[in-house]
Amino acid sequence: MILRRVINWPTRDWRSPFEKLERIQREMDWLSEGLTGRPSTEPSVGVFPLVNVTEDKDNYYVRAELPGIKADKVDISVTGNSLSIAGERKITPENGDYHRREREEGKFSRMISLPMQIDQSKVEAQASDGILTVVLPKSETKKPRQITVKAS
Amino acid sequence: MTDSENKTLQAKKKAEVAAPAEQTRPGPTFIPAVDIVETDQEVTVLADMPGVGVKDINIDLGDDMLTLVGNAASPEGENEVDVFSEYLTGKYARQFTLSHEIDQPKIGAEMKDGVLRLKLPKLEAAKPRKITVKVG
Repeated sequence: MILRRVINWPTRDWRSPFEKLERIQREMDWLSEGLTGRPSTEPSVGVFPLVNVTEDKDNYYVRAELPGIKADKVDISVTGNSLSIAGERKITPENGDYHRREREEGKFSRMISLPMQIDQSKVEAQASDGILTVVLPKSETKKPRQITVKAS
Repeated sequence: MTDSENKTLQAKKKAEVAAPAEQTRPGPTFIPAVDIVETDQEVTVLADMPGVGVKDINIDLGDDMLTLVGNAASPEGENEVDVFSEYLTGKYARQFTLSHEIDQPKIGAEMKDGVLRLKLPKLEAAKPRKITVKVG
């Protein structure tokens, strides 16, 4: 089950086979930790929205595609090192005959646990063009410190 | 009608387009989810294109063929490294044939929160006419 999931995992172009292996390793780690707080569950079942998580030196960035949802309709909260995103998408019905109806509405909620302690007081969120971005600063005390070796 | 009170949204894998011709830019192209509504006056197309801004959308209407193309710019900063990714980002493209004559100069498009709303007013000639039968 897990193996199949890893193979189906959305991928970008890999530059080398080693990068691919490293990536699979990382994704396996994430799977075992449990994206939803529950270990070893398939993330695609009953999960919305899908998220992309990136990091740089100072922050984690969690992004989700939420078209047509106003930023103030999304409920974002942080506890410990987990982030919760919840809300509801409502589509006002149009007048006229529907030829196609593919856009979906409904409620959603999701928990994402991050591998590191975050600075809860400085979490920021913004939405633009239907993409929600949550910026989670890494906790100062947990940040890896760079130590310069002095030449004697 | 759907009952939104009890409905929960489910994540779906984005459907990729099997492009008829190769794209000039590399990267995946997805099919946006659309709603199409028709009234006597106009046809309205609503398309979910998260990540596509006002400037990145291309709407083309020629020979009854409506083409929507949206280029979603990558929102990631330069120094960001992927921790994990569950969805891909890329272009959106979709084509429709229109059965009604559209009043081209009056086409209106609006982009808001990643949703495109395209109004295609029908030509006067294409609007249904009511004919009253006189009692002789």
